[in-house]
Amino acid sequence: MAAGDKGALADPQTTPLSELDVSDPRRFELDCWQPLFERLRRESPIHFQAESPAGAFWSITRFDDIVAVEKDTETFSSEPTIAIIDPPDERRAPSFIAMDQPQHDIQRRAVQPVVAPKNLLEFEALIRTRTGEALDSLPERETFDWVELVSRNLTTQMLATLFDFPWDLREKLSEWSDAITSDERMTAGTGLSREERLLVIQEFLGVFTQLWHERKGDDQESFDLIRLLQRDPNTANMVDDPLNYAGNLMLLIVGGNDTTRNSMSGGVLFLNEYPEQFEKVRADRRLIPSMVSEIIRFQTPLPHMRRTVTRDTQFKGHTMKKGDKVVLWYCSANRDATVITNPDTFLVDRDSVRNHASFGFGIHRCMGNRLAEMQLRIVWEEALDRFKHITLMGPPTRICNNFVRGYSHMPVQVTRV
Amino acid sequence: MPVIKFIEFDGTEHEVDADDGISIMEVAMKYDIPGIDADCGGGAVCGTCHCFVEESAGPLPAVDPQEESMLGLRPDRESNSRLSCQLQVSDTMGNMTVKLPEFQM
Repeated sequence: MAAGDKGALADPQTTPLSELDVSDPRRFELDCWQPLFERLRRESPIHFQAESPAGAFWSITRFDDIVAVEKDTETFSSEPTIAIIDPPDERRAPSFIAMDQPQHDIQRRAVQPVVAPKNLLEFEALIRTRTGEALDSLPERETFDWVELVSRNLTTQMLATLFDFPWDLREKLSEWSDAITSDERMTAGTGLSREERLLVIQEFLGVFTQLWHERKGDDQESFDLIRLLQRDPNTANMVDDPLNYAGNLMLLIVGGNDTTRNSMSGGVLFLNEYPEQFEKVRADRRLIPSMVSEIIRFQTPLPHMRRTVTRDTQFKGHTMKKGDKVVLWYCSANRDATVITNPDTFLVDRDSVRNHASFGFGIHRCMGNRLAEMQLRIVWEEALDRFKHITLMGPPTRICNNFVRGYSHMPVQVTRV
Repeated sequence: MPVIKFIEFDGTEHEVDADDGISIMEVAMKYDIPGIDADCGGGAVCGTCHCFVEESAGPLPAVDPQEESMLGLRPDRESNSRLSCQLQVSDTMGNMTVKLPEFQM
């Protein structure tokens, strides 16, 4: 059984499907996940796997099937959690992404104004200034890490702004974000143990609890996430339920950070792999918004979401039992040729470019999608003003994780215009 | 052939002839009317084709639970809010006037 196998990865073409662990995070680290998912879409699009480090689960790999599951929120619940692994029962930290109706809407509505278009307009100038400063300070004629100096730097600044977080401590936000998504059970053992993660969660909850009390009742007209929670009667006392507060903080920290960070890095990689696409965008800047959507599709920064079956059900001829885990592989949907033409090619001017699976579908669709698109658009607008080339100097280092698809290191050199 | 009038948020009007059997969203996409994104392509699962129906010659179909769940998240929802992908052009529904929101999200 390949499940939990620490040895070499089995050949996804020749090994019986029953012996393959679809969730093996090393396929994302080695970027060799595509053939397995292509085979699943073809041979077993609704696929049951009996054993894995996360237990038994179904894999849904076709675009339309994923949409169908996400629509049926009564049969396919987002509770207790939306990643393949279960949280320990006693430390379950509920957040609105892992809630069904009506609680989902109540808590999401409280924080949604932070990404309302009015707020986005106010952010735009700020993001542009910061992006310009970050790009201007990049070294010339020497190799540097794009992940650290650009992607991580800019998304950390954005996150600090969304929380109105103490500026000098902002690096903590990225550290916490990494720790939250580094559970050893979804990182082939390379992440943190349960005890280590608990310590991190305690640290950030302590800081955020203090911020809550400092801000409570100060009546500032700020649209930061903490004051938004305080202002909404439904969430005004969330601090009294520390696990719910922690859960929503973790959601907002990861949602506002890892995803955009990895798309910001992925774009550099794709434009090096597809230089003719880079030339197209250089020749016509109006393609930048379309390129941004294509980067988000091609990267799929969150490769999966998970649902849990609430009642025995039939799904496309398969019997699913109450309690079964159903994993929706967005990375696979984004390569489904029945919906996306020539899906394995990065194409900045493709038709229906916004029609991808990276943001999910239905009520849990990514809340920050417009902010993410704006951050990426600004990075590329400012980068094209400054650089003739952003040249990859060696292979990027990818993280070993089946929930976050991303990069820890990407060596590049820039050539200024 | 019904006539659909789209009014952008800034007041710009577009009057177009619509084919029976396609959705208001598809009409907007066909004529490149700004203000409708339609990210999910018509499945009522993204909410980015939100519009306000100002007038219709005939009665509109009821809002189903899926459409309701997406409209429920819109901060700018009004009583005449609809997802334009869920409104099929037909002779019974007839001519329509549709206002577009300030933003899609």
